[in-house]
Amino acid sequence: MLQDKDRIFTNLYGYQDFGLKAAQKRGNWDGTKALLDKGRDWIISEMKSSGLRGRGGAGFPTGLKWSFMPKESDGRPSYLVVNADEGEPGTCKDREIMRNDPHTLVEGCLLASFAMGAHAAYIYIRGEFYNEASNLQQAIDQAYEAGLIGKNACGSGWDFDLYLHLGAGAYICGEETALIESLEGKKGQPRLKPPFPANAGLYGCPTTVNNVESIAVVPEILRRGGSWFTSFGRENNHGTKLFGISGHVNQPCTVEEAMSIPLRELIEKHCGGVRGGWDNLLAVIPGGSSVPLLTKDVCDTVLMDFDALREVGSGLGTAAVIVMDKSTDIVYAIARLSEFYKHESCGQCTPCREGTGWMMRMMQRMVRGEATLEEIDLLWEVTKQVEGHTICALGDAAAWPIQGLIRNFRPEMERRIKEYRARIAA
Amino acid sequence: MSHVRRPAPRELQPISFAFSPENMEKAQKIIAKYPEGRQQSAVMPLLDLAQRQTEGNWVPTVAMDYIADLLEMPAIRVYEVATFYTMYNLSPVGKNFIQVCTTTPCWLRGSSDVVKACKDNLGIGIGETTEDGQFTLIEVECLGACVNAPMMQVNDDYYEDLTADSTKAILDALKRGETPKAGPQSGRKGCEPIDGPKVLKAYCGCDAKGEEA
Repeated sequence: MLQDKDRIFTNLYGYQDFGLKAAQKRGNWDGTKALLDKGRDWIISEMKSSGLRGRGGAGFPTGLKWSFMPKESDGRPSYLVVNADEGEPGTCKDREIMRNDPHTLVEGCLLASFAMGAHAAYIYIRGEFYNEASNLQQAIDQAYEAGLIGKNACGSGWDFDLYLHLGAGAYICGEETALIESLEGKKGQPRLKPPFPANAGLYGCPTTVNNVESIAVVPEILRRGGSWFTSFGRENNHGTKLFGISGHVNQPCTVEEAMSIPLRELIEKHCGGVRGGWDNLLAVIPGGSSVPLLTKDVCDTVLMDFDALREVGSGLGTAAVIVMDKSTDIVYAIARLSEFYKHESCGQCTPCREGTGWMMRMMQRMVRGEATLEEIDLLWEVTKQVEGHTICALGDAAAWPIQGLIRNFRPEMERRIKEYRARIAA
Repeated sequence: MSHVRRPAPRELQPISFAFSPENMEKAQKIIAKYPEGRQQSAVMPLLDLAQRQTEGNWVPTVAMDYIADLLEMPAIRVYEVATFYTMYNLSPVGKNFIQVCTTTPCWLRGSSDVVKACKDNLGIGIGETTEDGQFTLIEVECLGACVNAPMMQVNDDYYEDLTADSTKAILDALKRGETPKAGPQSGRKGCEPIDGPKVLKAYCGCDAKGEEA
């Protein structure tokens, strides 16, 4: 088990004050100027060596992403945009950072922006997080007053402004280009890529969009060194990570653990086990609603990291673990996610706009068994028509949970259909 | 269920809107967050400000027009934004705006009981407002508090770790005009295990059992 001395988010549970003084006691803002003095190249190379992969779901190497930003400005400013539009069902980790440990994020914004030559950063937080935004804004104000950000931030000679921007209830704005559109004051509809944001992002300027957790871990990585971060987790999957475990466990919670922790250990050590015992486990969605579910036999041994979960046909995503015991109506659980994606589709691409509705309606019939056996294959076919045929990944995200269900629980779907048909025949 | 969002019918629409002096000051501060010429970025926070100022917690069409003028952008662009984002109410809602999350992680922990408790206690269905205008009840998608499921949002506050009983207690308190304590209703502080933190105990002022020292 990860030791407390290696935990970055020491006020995760909010027992201490989130304000500047308490944060400094916990080690935030310690020697920030010295880190800035080491220069942009040092920061980026240290981030590359840490092996940090983006914590928002896609797992793209953070240091590498930063290196795509222009070294010299062509006259346009560069921006850091922090994605705090946390809304992937199951995911509630960034919320804890923002309300309880906001100075990790504020300090991270300064260091990351400096490394990318950005004098301004925007944090885009979901509108429902009103109280979280309030804490974060207070932390930003405190950092300004203490001279840690603003003109000549930390006495480094670097000017840096940090702004908070509230969303208004659109899951799609978690997609980076939709988020940029929204920040520009438009409907949150994703842009075609290329151009990538590093070339033309916010206001047509070079922009990097990073998840809250990815940025909030930066100061501690730089203070302790990339090699400290790589000492956790397997090759290519390094670091510590916030895991949020919800659903049918005895004690749902959020906890920072080492990457590559076995799923079973995570659930049994931190959450008091599956409700009714490990053998009562039906399935786990390991990385937020968009990734396919895992059946118990896979959960017995799988490790919680990017590569291990990809090998078993799922993904780490946001490391939001949704646990379902044997009492779960698994078809309804997935049908409810189909309803979510239908609600959140932005309507731009036809396969997603129409497909999410199709999939939702078919799934609702599957819950009741009100279908024919052939329609399971038809549903599979529809998911394949949506997947990969849209501008952004929402279409994929809507398709994958259904594919996971059909792959793993087809007999259950067939049973319901047969029972329904027997009922109407009688 | 239809998700088409349209402005309220004409008979509900007020004939004028302007920010109060206090909100105008706030609006100017918001606009100043964005680079010169990029004032359109302020449209979302200004719509929120307009909603908070309007009796019934909603955004009338005149407020959209007003914001369009203020930000020097076409009115249709403001309508697009106001109808796209679900947090803008396009018609009046009750004083207590109850939003129950029913997405899968909340459903697994009993959000159906919470919805039923709300319906029974308030005597209204989903999407309805009580006759006295005190409560509007809706179902929403994931609000991002899944380890504290099931949960609901009342205006700006999250109420978490709900049961049918605690839901009713919250609604009863609201009816009495009180503001019940937000956050988990189960006794825990935040996202730590219900029996107390298993890690970071030194940072939580806890002994081995997780009780506060």
